[in-house]
Amino acid sequence: MGIFEIRSDAGRDTRPASARHRQDAIAQRWSLRITFIPLIVLGFVAIALIVRAWPILQTYPLIALLFGTVWKPSAGQFGLWPFITGTLWVTSVGVILAVPPSILTAIYISEYAQTRTRLIIKPILDVLAAIPPVVYGVWGLLAVVPFVESVLVPGLSGALGFLPLFASNQPTGFSVLAGGIVLAVMITPLIIAVIYEILHTVPNDLRQASLAVGATRWETIWRVLLPYIMPGIIAAIVLGASRAFGETIAVLMVVGNVPKVPTSLFDTAYPLPALIANNYGEMMSIPLYDAALLMVALVLLVVVFIFNLIAMMILRRFVR
Amino acid sequence: MDAHISVQNLHVWYGNLAALTAISVDIPRHGITVIMGPSGCGKTTLLKSFNRFLELNDTTRISGTVAVDGHDVYAPGVDVTAVRKRVGLLAQRPTALPMSIFENVAYGMRIHQPHLDKSALAIQVQHYLEVAGLWHEVAQRLDAPATALSIGQQQRLCLARGLAVEPEIILGDEPTSALDPISSRHIEQKLLELKQRYTTVIVTHTLRQAKRLADYVIFMYLGEIVEAGPAQQLFTNPQQERTKEYLAGVF
Ligand SMILES: Nc1ncnc2c1ncn2[C@@H]1O[C@H](COP(=O)(O)OP(=O)(O)O)[C@@H](O)[C@H]1O
Ligand SMILES: [Mg+2]
Repeated sequence: MGIFEIRSDAGRDTRPASARHRQDAIAQRWSLRITFIPLIVLGFVAIALIVRAWPILQTYPLIALLFGTVWKPSAGQFGLWPFITGTLWVTSVGVILAVPPSILTAIYISEYAQTRTRLIIKPILDVLAAIPPVVYGVWGLLAVVPFVESVLVPGLSGALGFLPLFASNQPTGFSVLAGGIVLAVMITPLIIAVIYEILHTVPNDLRQASLAVGATRWETIWRVLLPYIMPGIIAAIVLGASRAFGETIAVLMVVGNVPKVPTSLFDTAYPLPALIANNYGEMMSIPLYDAALLMVALVLLVVVFIFNLIAMMILRRFVR
Repeated sequence: MDAHISVQNLHVWYGNLAALTAISVDIPRHGITVIMGPSGCGKTTLLKSFNRFLELNDTTRISGTVAVDGHDVYAPGVDVTAVRKRVGLLAQRPTALPMSIFENVAYGMRIHQPHLDKSALAIQVQHYLEVAGLWHEVAQRLDAPATALSIGQQQRLCLARGLAVEPEIILGDEPTSALDPISSRHIEQKLLELKQRYTTVIVTHTLRQAKRLADYVIFMYLGEIVEAGPAQQLFTNPQQERTKEYLAGVF
């Protein structure tokens, strides 16, 4: 608006048409170039990681790195399996805990809530999504870890400890479950937001077609809306998983960081991002240590990239 | 007159906008009642007051009564799904549910008669597709997605889906406005066939369609009923100036 006002104050544009077209062409060219910067940055990051990780990929077969169970850099052992499983455990627990309440919340806000309620709840969720991870980490440390230690371990492990999943193998609350709970709380607002947006792309005619034959709202949701948006729900879950997968600080504060393959919800874990964050920059004199950590970074990048690609491809269908 | 739907002093507001003011009218049992009037005069609003669709919008306020067979559908404790099962709606835009042709017709039956066995369901589905005049076009591909049908076929599918829950009343909100002329005639033909058994209320903004279909006419203007009566009388001998002007095409 401002630009136009200045123009009109300055009177009529007297420049020849060719100058205006040249200006237009320059604007187009530069906005295009700037738009491509993120892509270029991504390319540079990927190339840098590949180059720096190259030495270890040449020294050990990828399989041995990914599936090796011993992490002893000083002895030249770079098995990542404990970290990979740690990440998978924590991410899975986070996603499993987050998804059902997220779906229900998105359904409530989109399908049941009055406009006024919606206007209150939506911004709160957006704020939750914007809280810095370290805050969640502190909360995890102060609340979740003690809760797991003093309530969940005695309760769940006491009752179901004969199942390996619930076995209590160490005395603290620093655990896969604590990490999963913190992650679940962190990714819930994201998953809710995505599912809510998708529900909003569903034409009202569809809801009314169902309601018109005497279906309840829930029957409409269950029989029409959920099947219709199922790919979108999967995309939302993938996005949430991707976020959880790469989350570093909040998780490393509550999982104990012991490089051992977890077998129970109450075991400690040491996820991949925590491995990098805790060690990069230290003990770099150990041969190949640096390359090993950057290979981990490369793995994270590739996995998160693929997750997001999948989600975007699915979500494209829901553009209104 | 044997009134199937009886509206008494109905007021409807969207927020602060009064969409209907003091509507009182009786809709006779069976036959086709046509609601006419210029765009924005409240035809859709009146129609949707009959199947309690107005409350889908939470800024809507309603006062007055709409009685179906003498029972107010807005009385406290009335099961809204039961109202909508009795009062079916054919929407302006044909909307096939994102499932197979078969499942579209079976949709309401699965909800209201969950214990119906497979063969009985199949018989019912065929029956209602026949009633809607769609059976011969889809008999070979009942499992195909309904959204692959043409718009005209989809509207007949919607008719079949609505009829399958055995309503007493069929509402149609400009049900042919999205259709080509041949499909429109097809729907009109079906409505004329069905009017012996169902009380049918159709909103239309085309006078010619009103004349083809109507047994009884309600003419609305700016949220009020100007005139209502048997089609013959209203078309040939309207009592109100506004009605005469509308019929003469003044607005
Ligand atoms: N959901 C709504 N919110 C606010 N105003 C509405 C809504 N639906 C209809 N209206 C208004 O109510 C009046 C009557 O609308 P409607 O019943 O759709 O008229 P018609 O079907 O005769 O064209 C119009 O002025 C319209 O703008
Ligand atoms: Mg209308």
